[in-house]
Amino acid sequence: MSARLRVDPIACEAHGLCAELFPERIRLDDWGYPIIDPDPIDADLIDHARRAVAACPRVALILDEDEPGAH
Amino acid sequence: MSAPGHLPRLLRGVSADRRMSHEDHEREHGRLPVPDRASASGLIDEVELAGLRGRGGADFPTAIKLRSVREAGRGAIVVANGAEGEPCSTKDRLLLESTPHLVLDGAALAAAAVGAREALVCVPEDNDAALRSVAASIEERPRETRSAARLRLRPVPHRFIAGEESALVNHLNGGPIKPTLVPPRPFERGVDRRPTLVSNVETLAHLALIARHGGDWFRGLGTAAQPGSALITLSGAVARAGVYEIALGMRLVDVVETAGGLTERVGGVLVGGYFGSWIAPGELSAITFDDLGLSRFGAALGAGAFFLLPATACGVSETARVIAYLARESAGQCGPCTHGLAAIADAWWRVAAGRGDGRDTERVARWCAQVRGRGACHHPDGAVRLLASALTAFAGEVDLHTVEGRCSAQQHHPVLPIPVPPAEVSAA
Repeated sequence: MSARLRVDPIACEAHGLCAELFPERIRLDDWGYPIIDPDPIDADLIDHARRAVAACPRVALILDEDEPGAH
Repeated sequence: MSAPGHLPRLLRGVSADRRMSHEDHEREHGRLPVPDRASASGLIDEVELAGLRGRGGADFPTAIKLRSVREAGRGAIVVANGAEGEPCSTKDRLLLESTPHLVLDGAALAAAAVGAREALVCVPEDNDAALRSVAASIEERPRETRSAARLRLRPVPHRFIAGEESALVNHLNGGPIKPTLVPPRPFERGVDRRPTLVSNVETLAHLALIARHGGDWFRGLGTAAQPGSALITLSGAVARAGVYEIALGMRLVDVVETAGGLTERVGGVLVGGYFGSWIAPGELSAITFDDLGLSRFGAALGAGAFFLLPATACGVSETARVIAYLARESAGQCGPCTHGLAAIADAWWRVAAGRGDGRDTERVARWCAQVRGRGACHHPDGAVRLLASALTAFAGEVDLHTVEGRCSAQQHHPVLPIPVPPAEVSAA
């Protein structure tokens, strides 16, 4: 299984919770908007990613999770 | 019938101050084969053979786009994109004002090809001549070409962002003229949630000629990678600025010659408009109208706008004016674009004014890297590409501005066209 994070830049309002909850893969730019590491997220980090997604007050953080064998 | 390998194609019989009537149009180009569904997939095959690519700036293969919409399901619709927000480009305007039936033929053919009953022809709302031309031309089309698909005129706001596919679709759906998050792309879910073909008006005009003469004929001009002819807008230090039809692969200096030559020494060439790239003046004779040739300079044809900067002007200041304009024209939806372009524009103004220093150029470099690829559309990417090219093409001049706080330009009258913000227009 592979998973990738992306952000809806129109919805994002720079609350910054995602970078606090998942600093391993998300950092903030000079204006507080998230810069997301495009690499796939391994199983050991997936819970952190899900927590960051759930915490976003704008529902702007999206985790694309492929089903095994879907591709 | 016009022979292959012969120019002009689109501009046959065109003069800038006159609309070709349907009668003029048929005299120049011959009758359009009546578009129907049966011939439609044949037309897509011809377009594929021709190797036609989108002429609005994205350079996407037109046959793939047509097939995607055709296969996306029932109830498709066609949008002929004549919004032309690029201030250095007037080629779409020339087509709409002077040879509108080529565009309408193309829109009707595209509609038949994707199974659409309707095509919306989008024209900037402040261009009375183009609005009148398209309205009159839709009215005078003969019944048999009308029956295939209903053509409708749609005035759209004249803004830089207006030509961006998803922004145009958003506007046609009653929303603001601002981009939306893609996917879904317009071909999947566009106007009224229908599969939507958004195609530049020049692309559609080529379609009208491919339907008449075939894909092989189209390839009689141009390069193997980029076949055919294209419209370019040439302006700046050239005797007769305007729209020219060129064979892809031609050299810029040869077209400049046709345009009466240079009026003064050139200090740089802006290739591809305000999302494009500056090329240093020493490379002038190496510039060709094809992406393979232009890729050596990190440039691309885009929508075909070329500006020859007079050597007496300041490339650093001109770039500052364009970046400020692009920052102002940001849709203001995505943080990195809204805040990033504004910050970049401010810092670059200081540099251009000779009040900037090494910290400003460092900040600009960091911010350019930060905003790239982080908008819903490519607006921030285009702006930072232009700035990055200025840093290379005007490297000596940038140093002079930041290190010594001075500029070697002999005059500081603005030369690049920057549209007046709508707020200032209404206040006037």
